[in-house]
Amino acid sequence: MTAEPIRITVTVNGESFREEVPATRSLLDFLRDDLGLTGTKEGCSEGECGACAVILDGRLVDACLIFAAEADGRSVETVEGLADGEELHPLQRTFAAAGAAQCGYCTPGMLMACKSLLDRNPSPTREEVTHGIAGNLCRCTGYGTIIQAVMEAAKES
Amino acid sequence: MRRFHYLAPRRLDEALSLLTPDAVPLAGGTDLFLRMERRQTQPDAVVDLKRIPDMDRIEPSDGGLRIGALAPMESLAASSLIVNGYRALAESARVVGSIQTRNRATIGGNLANASPAADTATPLLALGATAEAGRVDGSRELPLEQLFLGPGRTALESGELLTAVRIPAMPGRTGSSFQRCVRTAMDIAVVNCAAFVKLDEDGAVEDARIALGAVGPTPLRALSAESCLQGRRFDADAAAEAAECAAHDARPIDDVRASADYRKDMVRVLTRRAVENAFQRARGEA
Repeated sequence: MTAEPIRITVTVNGESFREEVPATRSLLDFLRDDLGLTGTKEGCSEGECGACAVILDGRLVDACLIFAAEADGRSVETVEGLADGEELHPLQRTFAAAGAAQCGYCTPGMLMACKSLLDRNPSPTREEVTHGIAGNLCRCTGYGTIIQAVMEAAKES
Repeated sequence: MRRFHYLAPRRLDEALSLLTPDAVPLAGGTDLFLRMERRQTQPDAVVDLKRIPDMDRIEPSDGGLRIGALAPMESLAASSLIVNGYRALAESARVVGSIQTRNRATIGGNLANASPAADTATPLLALGATAEAGRVDGSRELPLEQLFLGPGRTALESGELLTAVRIPAMPGRTGSSFQRCVRTAMDIAVVNCAAFVKLDEDGAVEDARIALGAVGPTPLRALSAESCLQGRRFDADAAAEAAECAAHDARPIDDVRASADYRKDMVRVLTRRAVENAFQRARGEA
């Protein structure tokens, strides 16, 4: 069968992109391969690990389980959009200060999950942080420093 | 993944006309995407329902509630209509997967996938929900019990789409509760259970419904546990007897998550908790 490419317009970190994609393309591959935004990582590709977490129209999602076509006309925030020029996002600063990244592979998704959490709940309890990052696996830190970093960032704002 | 046509209709009637036997509806995609990636489902066309306005609406209807099939778990968990009136359903939606999953996974997808462990199925069975099935030439409503035929199999016919779920009004002196047993927070339920009770003026059970998940080929009603509660007031014996009956009603299998025996034990524990909690809520105590 023939399946025509689909023309989509997606706003990523405030910038509008018009691209042609095959229907099978995931939002994750669209971000990484078509737009070259490789901050968002591919982990399990099954929606279990959260390495590919991005914010789609204000909601945290796993980009590996979404067709790029589904994002047509929508707005995506990725880790590349967190810092304001040279000015790091508060979470990026507290992650660095707390040593919340070791190998760093989970960090982009983790940052987006934490940003999404603080957007919804600016002063979460420790338990709420744990709950908010339950879909993001980190095999290095044991989560302690990540939770600490989120609590610090919440205190700052 | 095999190539396919991506279709994004903006009207329900258009979507229904596109749902040919070689097409699949796409809601949140958290299950469908993986099935397509693994080539377990290889449709010619994918009909994305998310561009259809209002299909995710949660609204009062006929004294009860109508929940559009596209309502995501996170919206169910956050809806004051559901949190205040149908607590078991809010409790189940809150524990499905991660926030990422809950932002995408829909109530329609959770039901239409017909997993025996579907977390929203048990509370909806306990709350007496019906499913609304749309097709090109009209729609029909069926009790949720009749929707599930087996693992992954529903009573929806070719060309039919689950468009909404309806839950009847919850009058005074009613309470519901959802309980679940999992290995880890992100895992599928080993067992889940929901209870609903309606009490009369003297605090005796006028109506009870208990539903169990992951202990049979479909989510199921624990009918003998329900009749065991009929007319009774709450005490420890009533809850224990209902729990014992529920364990008999369950038909679990051994699998990778748990043995059948363990599941039966968990049915006892969860039923007792759910019944006790539903009673407390019906009396306005919890």
